[in-house]
Amino acid sequence: MKPRVGLFVTCLVDLVRPQVGFAAVKLIELAGCDIEVPATQTCCGQPAWNSGADKHAADIARQVVDAFESFDYVVAPSGSCAGMLRIHYPELLKNDDAYATRARSLAAKSHELISFLVRVRGMKDVAARSNVRACYHDSCSSLRENGVKTEPRTLLASVNGLELSELKEPEVCCGFGGLFSVKYPEISERLANDKIADAQATGADTLLGADLGCLLHLAGCMEKQGKAMKVRHVAEVLADIHGPALGEPR
Amino acid sequence: MTASTPQEFPAEAHAALSDETLKVALRRLKTHFALGRQLAFTRYGDMEALREQGRAIRDYALSRLDSLLESFERQVKSRGGQVHWARDAKEARDIILKILRETGAKTVTKGKSMVSEEIALNPFLEANGMHPVETDLGEYIIQLRKEPPSHIIAPAFHLSKEQVAETFRESHTELDPRRSLEERTTLVLEARRMLRAQFEAADAGITGANFLSAEEGAAVIVTNEGNGDLTRLLPKTHIVLTGIEKVVADLDDVSVLLRLLTRSATGQDISSYVTVMLGPRNAKEADGPENFHIVLLDNGRSRLIGTEAEDVLRCIRCAACLNHCPIYGAVGGHSYGATYSGPIGAALNPNLLGVSAARHHTNASTFCGRCAEVCPVKIPLPKIMRYWRAREYASGLAPKAMTFGLGLWAFAAKRPALYRFFSATVAWTLRKLGGKKGHVHALPIMNGWFAVRDFPAPQGKSFHHLWAHRK
Repeated sequence: MKPRVGLFVTCLVDLVRPQVGFAAVKLIELAGCDIEVPATQTCCGQPAWNSGADKHAADIARQVVDAFESFDYVVAPSGSCAGMLRIHYPELLKNDDAYATRARSLAAKSHELISFLVRVRGMKDVAARSNVRACYHDSCSSLRENGVKTEPRTLLASVNGLELSELKEPEVCCGFGGLFSVKYPEISERLANDKIADAQATGADTLLGADLGCLLHLAGCMEKQGKAMKVRHVAEVLADIHGPALGEPR
Repeated sequence: MTASTPQEFPAEAHAALSDETLKVALRRLKTHFALGRQLAFTRYGDMEALREQGRAIRDYALSRLDSLLESFERQVKSRGGQVHWARDAKEARDIILKILRETGAKTVTKGKSMVSEEIALNPFLEANGMHPVETDLGEYIIQLRKEPPSHIIAPAFHLSKEQVAETFRESHTELDPRRSLEERTTLVLEARRMLRAQFEAADAGITGANFLSAEEGAAVIVTNEGNGDLTRLLPKTHIVLTGIEKVVADLDDVSVLLRLLTRSATGQDISSYVTVMLGPRNAKEADGPENFHIVLLDNGRSRLIGTEAEDVLRCIRCAACLNHCPIYGAVGGHSYGATYSGPIGAALNPNLLGVSAARHHTNASTFCGRCAEVCPVKIPLPKIMRYWRAREYASGLAPKAMTFGLGLWAFAAKRPALYRFFSATVAWTLRKLGGKKGHVHALPIMNGWFAVRDFPAPQGKSFHHLWAHRK
C-alpha cells in the first residue's frame, strides 16, 4: 500500500504561486505516494510564533495537528514551514496536555519537500528538462532547521539541460526573515543586495530555492532595481512545470 | 561622539548602512574573524565534541553557581585576597571607588573588560577625580575618541587605520607632525610609547576575568597584547571585576573553555597570553600587587536562572555570534546603542535594559540561526530572542499596529472557510493590480515591503481553489 501524504500547501504557495503546490503533488506522486490536501489548513503560524504571539500560534498549531495527524507523512514545499512543524510545534505545545504528544508525533513525520523526496523516498533523479544556468539559494530554515543541503542539488543534477553553479556564501541569510522584511526593510534590502550580487556573480540566469518567502523577497528587490534574473521555486523545475517566473510579465 | 540609545536603533542602522568606511571595516568580519575561526576549527578536528563538552561544563557550573562561588571566595580569601559582591552596577562602582580611595589611588590602568563597560565605570571614575587609562589598544583608541566599544573582543573594529592615526595626532599633542603613522606597526608603537608611562605611573589596575575557577580560587584572563599582565602586576592594587556567571568548577574545565574561546574568537589555537591570577603577591614572589580584590557583579544575571533565557549565561564572550550575524555585519555594533551588540546583545539586553528598551535588538533578527550554529557553548540565541519577543507581546509592549494586524490575520487563519475567501480575494486583486507586467509596484499598505521591493503578482487563483476544482 502506498504511503498517504498530507500536503501542507503553505499560505504563500496557496496565495501567490499555486503551481508550486501542483509541482509538489506531481513529485510526491512520482515518489510513489498517495497525496491528499486537507481543506482545513491555512498557515503554519510562523508570523505569530516569531512575533511572540504564542496564543495565536498555539491555536493555529492545534488546527494543523488536527488536520494532519492521520497521515503517514506531512510534506511542505517550504523549509521554514516544515521547520515550524518539526521543531517549533513540540516546543509550542509542550505544556498542552491534549496536544503535546500529538505535536511530537506530527513533528516526527513532517518533512520539507525535497528532503522528503530524496531522504525518505530515495528519489535520485527526475524526468525534467530546463535549459537554464541556475544557482541555488539555501534558505536558512532548509539549511539549519532541516539540514537540507545536498538533496536539491542531487535532483537538479538530473534535470536535462540545467547547469548549476554555486554561490560563494550559500550559508548567509538573504534578509527575508518573515515580518523582519517589513519591520526593518533597509537592513533586509542590504542583505538581499549582497545575496543578489553573489547570485549574479555565478553567471546564472535563474535563481532557484525551496522557500517562497525568500524568493518573493529576492525577486521583488530585483524587480525594484531592474535586475534581470529569473526566480523560481525548485519544485517547478523538478516537476517540469514552466510558465513565467516570479514577477515576470505574463 | 555621544553614544546612541537602544531605542534609536532604526535611525542608527539607517545611518550605518550608508557609511562606506564602516562597510569596509565590517567586511573584515568575514575575512578576519569568520575565516580565522573556520581554519582553527579545521586544524583542531572534532570541534563538535569540544562544543558539547563546553556546553556541559557551563551548564554544570550554572547549576551549582552558589556553591562554586562560595568555594571561589574561600580560596581567594585564604591567600589574602578580598571578595566583594555587587548586586547591581551602582554597587560595583561604589565598591571600586571605595577601594581606590582607601589605597589613595588616582591613576588607574585598565585591562579590557566588557563588565566595566556594562557598569559604565570610566565616566564614574572620572567624575570622582580618578584617571582611568584603557591599556588594550582598541579600548585605548576608543577611549581617546570617547566612543563605546563596537565589538566585544575588538572594540575599535569599526575604525580604519587612517581614523586611528587621526585620533593619535589629535590626542598625542607632543607627537612630531612629521612622523609617519601610515603603518599599523607605527600605530602600535605610538600607543605603546604612551602606555608605558601610564603603566609605570598607575596606582591601581583593573582587569576583567574570562573565567573564575572555583576549586583553585583562580581568575583567568586571555590577552594578545600583554597589557593585562602589566595592568595587574605593576600597581600596588589590583581589582578584578567580573560577572558571577564566569565561575566554573576547576582549571581543567577552564582549559577546555580556553580551547573553545580563542578559536571561536580570533581563530587562534591559543592567545598570546593566558594569565592565571591567584591573589596578592606572596612572600616568595618577586612581583605582583599588594592588594588583591575581586568584585563579583550580579546585575540581573541570577534572575535569569530558571527562565527560558537562562542558557545565555553560558556565554564566554567570544563574539563569534557577532562575527557571523548578517544584521551585525550590516549595521555594526554602535547601531545597537548598548554595551552588548549582535545576537548576544539581543539575548542579554532585555534583561539588562528592559524588554521594551531593547525591543529592536530582539526584533532585528531574521532568525537565520547562524549565531547558534557557531556558538562555542551552543546557546540557542534565536530561541532566547523569541522568548523576549513573547515577553514583549504578553506584556502589551509590542507596537499596536503589529498586534492589531496579527490579531486580524490570526482570526482568519483559525477559520479556514473565511481564510479561503480572503486569500482568493487577495490573490485575484493582486493579480489584477500586477497586470501584464507581473508585479505590483506599490500599495497603500505594507509600506515596509514596498519601500525596497515590488511584489511578484500572484498567479490569480489560490491553490486550494484550483485543487477543489481540478478535473
